[in-house]
Amino acid sequence: MKAFTYERVATPAEAAAAAAKNDGAKFIAGGTNLLDLMKLEIETPTHLIDVNRLALDKIEATPEGGLRIGALVRNTDLAAHEGVRRDYALLARALLAGASGQLRNRATTAGNLLQRTRCPYFYDTAQPCNKRTPGSGCSAIGGFSRQLAVVGVSDACIATHPSDMAVAMRALDAVVETVKPGGEARTISIADFHRLPGNTPHVETALEKGELIAAVTLPPPVGGKHVYRKVRDRASYAFALVSVAAIVQPDGSGRVAVGGVAPKPWRIEGAEADMRRGAKAVTDGLFADARPTHDNEFKRTLAQRTLGSVLTEARG
Amino acid sequence: MPMKFDTPATTNPIDQLKVVGKPYDRIDGPLKVCGRAPYAYERHDVVENPAIGYVVGAGIAKGRINSFDLAAAKAAPGVLAIVTHESAGKLGIGKRNIAKLLGGPEIDHYHQAVAVVVAETFEQARAAANLVRVDYAPSKGAFDLHASKDGAVKPNMGEDEPDSATGDFSAAYEAAPVKLDETYTTPDQAHAMMEPHASLAAWDGDKVTVWTSNQMIDWAASDLAKTLDIGKEKVRIVSPFVGGGFGGKLFLRADAALAALGAKACGRPVKVALPRPLVFNNTTHRPATIQRVRIGATRDGKILAIAHETWSGNLPKGRPENAINQTRLLYAGEHRMTATRLATLDLPEGNAMRAPGEAPGMMALEIAMDEAAEKLGIDPVEFRILNDTQVDPEKPERRFSQRRLTECFRIGAEKFGWSARPQVGAWRDGRWLVGLGVATAFRDNKVMTSGARMRLSANGRVAVETDMTDIGTGSYTIIAQTAAEMMGLPLERVDVRLGDSSFPVSAGSGGQWGANSATSGVYAACVKLREAVARQVGIDPATAEFADGEVRGGGKSASLAGVAKTQDIVVEDAIEFGDLDKTFQQSTFGAHFVEVGVDAATAETRIRRMLAVCAAGRILNPKSARSQVIGAMTMGAGAALMEDLVVDKERGFFVNHDLAGYEVPVHADIPHQEVVFLDETDPYSSPMKAKGVGELGICGVAAAIANAIYNATGVRVRDYPITLDKLLDAMPEGRA
Ligand SMILES: Cc1cc2nc3c(=O)[nH]c(=O)nc-3n(C[C@H](O)[C@H](O)[C@H](O)COP(=O)(O)OP(=O)(O)OC[C@H]3O[C@@H](n4cnc5c(N)ncnc54)[C@H](O)[C@@H]3O)c2cc1C
Ligand code: SF4
Repeated sequence: MKAFTYERVATPAEAAAAAAKNDGAKFIAGGTNLLDLMKLEIETPTHLIDVNRLALDKIEATPEGGLRIGALVRNTDLAAHEGVRRDYALLARALLAGASGQLRNRATTAGNLLQRTRCPYFYDTAQPCNKRTPGSGCSAIGGFSRQLAVVGVSDACIATHPSDMAVAMRALDAVVETVKPGGEARTISIADFHRLPGNTPHVETALEKGELIAAVTLPPPVGGKHVYRKVRDRASYAFALVSVAAIVQPDGSGRVAVGGVAPKPWRIEGAEADMRRGAKAVTDGLFADARPTHDNEFKRTLAQRTLGSVLTEARG
Repeated sequence: MPMKFDTPATTNPIDQLKVVGKPYDRIDGPLKVCGRAPYAYERHDVVENPAIGYVVGAGIAKGRINSFDLAAAKAAPGVLAIVTHESAGKLGIGKRNIAKLLGGPEIDHYHQAVAVVVAETFEQARAAANLVRVDYAPSKGAFDLHASKDGAVKPNMGEDEPDSATGDFSAAYEAAPVKLDETYTTPDQAHAMMEPHASLAAWDGDKVTVWTSNQMIDWAASDLAKTLDIGKEKVRIVSPFVGGGFGGKLFLRADAALAALGAKACGRPVKVALPRPLVFNNTTHRPATIQRVRIGATRDGKILAIAHETWSGNLPKGRPENAINQTRLLYAGEHRMTATRLATLDLPEGNAMRAPGEAPGMMALEIAMDEAAEKLGIDPVEFRILNDTQVDPEKPERRFSQRRLTECFRIGAEKFGWSARPQVGAWRDGRWLVGLGVATAFRDNKVMTSGARMRLSANGRVAVETDMTDIGTGSYTIIAQTAAEMMGLPLERVDVRLGDSSFPVSAGSGGQWGANSATSGVYAACVKLREAVARQVGIDPATAEFADGEVRGGGKSASLAGVAKTQDIVVEDAIEFGDLDKTFQQSTFGAHFVEVGVDAATAETRIRRMLAVCAAGRILNPKSARSQVIGAMTMGAGAALMEDLVVDKERGFFVNHDLAGYEVPVHADIPHQEVVFLDETDPYSSPMKAKGVGELGICGVAAAIANAIYNATGVRVRDYPITLDKLLDAMPEGRA
């Protein structure tokens, strides 16, 4: 770990100002991802801005009938919230499918959105990795890529975004509220929040340097059956090979976002339109541009089977 | 003169079973659950203010170090010393190490240690280690077992023969009416123990003490002495608690060697733990195998011919994975052959992991048996029973000391409800395709010389000292039980001290020989102590009885406390084994039964029930023995379903080198596990009449799971682990 300085801030404005002042600064929330990466010197902030004391730990109703989730709401609390469980069960289920109880007690809403990939080469600083060291190359392409992405990839990087929570949020059309270093607030739709790698895989989100996430808002509930199915090699405590977040309406229409297959939660609204025709029609659309590797081409089939099973369950 | 065990045991005090054979809780349990068990990295009690060493692992798999740039690391805050091959002085290589523990200038494998950076704090050492710059000249290596298979050679295996042949396999196989010929693969696997390798070293003049985590104290002491190029008498190894080893801590590793070198360089005690990623590529692993099994049988299911060939890879001078051993002994059949071939691979060193040889060997053989049974249209339990043998099939004059495999199957089948096994693919329970599978468990029973020292004190307590280790297995407890039984004392009056090279050399923990051999060594020392006590009070040792804290005989009696009133009585002895393990074949047996569910859409496999029925001689403590077997079954489940140390065949290393990437089972993967031990004793094995169980439990589990998956789905997977991608295409649901 590289030496760093540390400061604790009390308001979003202070946080933004501190970030503006320090070139190598990073926010730290639960620390469950950032600290691991710092120990391995994959992240090397020179200054940490602790945002845990910001009063962003509430879940409130919005005037439109949705929910506003503070950036520091812990994953455990979010999953246990009555309104979330009633109206956004998809989100609660996705959260509970992730990590472990201990980690969810620390992990925050903002931190979860910003967690970094689990590509094994990203974690080995002796190996080339464009995401960790831009321009060094991608070890996973031609290497071991069973866990990695099949769609939305580039020649520079095929890593996935590993979050479960974000997949549900994508299906729920969440909106990320931020504060820029200058103090100005803006909103970013979850669809635009995570970026595809292109030839800059180290740039993962639409956030600007020093931009703070203040909250995530959910639009009013859309009803329907909420199913989150996470498929993995062991029964718990593993990242998804494929996960499916689906909302299925009584008329058979619905929404689907898929995790574990792309550098961001993967949803194509156009593909969803085929939901009544079944899983294959939807996944054909979702994976039309897929570029799987030898190791991970099974993910396309797996996504289809998982969605098929989810649709059966939702309709049954 | 050590006690020689060369004739079968007759009645002895252990047979009283007042203490031995009872399910006592671990006597070290309270220390562990209270966090007071002294593990190596937390020996705050033994030295003041140790410095911390952090190991730098090679960033290439093969090649040479051109040069180091240590300037930035040396200048980093808190740094006390940096040791590399250039500064370490003359180093030897341990008898049991293949690659050097401190590499350079040649690099033999990825993450081979190239430097240890010692600093005041862990954080400083780690930060400085990241500043060490190494300029490498990489060279090409061989990393792909499949690509290297054809170049594999017949290895030198010391006492073991690489090849065996009895009768005329080829002709008999050709002529057999029913034939099976299949190839199976098992991947590289990691021990993945909880406690990483860790050591604390302190020098006192030219003597060094290393508190470490090691299964074999005497091997560690000899190999540390060789590595440091000093006399063995200058080395003391202390390892009273080991947080899991599974074979990964059989040998001296870099943590111990580099702690000693670091401590020498900075003139202060130094402690070193291997960072988790280094545990995978810096230490040893279970090598991958390719195995071909051929079985030829009569139509009514008698095996006529059986062959097992195996290919594995290792560094030059490394040994092969002996995956064929069980096939020489397990089933009848007149015509037999086995062959072992070894390829040179430049991966980290392959070596023993829980049931080396048999664990991967049974993964292949026991699927093959299931396949052969199916071809024959015979129930797989009956097929195995039909081919049972009470003698070594290669040497019929040599019988098994004890072999109750058939009973294991009969009892297991009854308990498990085996007769309800469905037709392939015929059982559906909601989302799940359900199937049952079975496999034999087989592992050799090895015995090793083992010594102990006994001390009877005026407080009436007996203390046992032996360099035996407790790697989570329960050694403390069964040794205390043995001493208590022999001396006629309650368990609470026995103290057990383990894992110190200043104690008599024991069998150590490996090859499932530990429990039986080490307690036999304690038995021998207790016999000597009984003699000393009896003689002191004038009782004929031959008739003396030890009970209720007293020695009695010839109308006399005395309390043990009284006997030692003026002076402690101290004796030492060891047990040595004659050739009963040669004149008789000693093995342990069992039957594994498994029920799995496979998701009909996603092909996720979940184990629903597991049962093991084991015949392994006297069970010294049913609680700790059960714990060994369920742990082994869990490890077998990992081998079947997920464990796969993935090789990057270009770059030459294990890619998934942490516990996030190398998945082992979690609680949610493991259902109810039942273990039944047959009530037996094996007088050929030792005076304890016990054998090993810790490795038996893993042998065959993975194949039983594979066979259950086949029964559930109709898909025969011959390449482990059986992950969902290998089944997916055949799943009936979720297609629309
Ligand atoms: C063993 C393990 C298993 C896991 N398994 C899963 C799993 O199965 N599924 C899953 O989804 N996740 C899993 N996770 C990831 C876990 O969900 C994330 O680590 C966690 O959500 C991160 O939240 P945090 O608050 O701790 O973030 P931190 O580690 O504090 O921060 C993460 C990043 O977010 C930035 N950040 C934090 N707050 C803000 C803010 N308000 N504004 C702007 N930037 C901010 C930080 O600068 C940092 O870059 C696992 C993690 C571990 C360690
Ligand atoms: S896939 Fe991305 S994260 Fe993985 S090695 Fe390639 S560039 Fe790095």
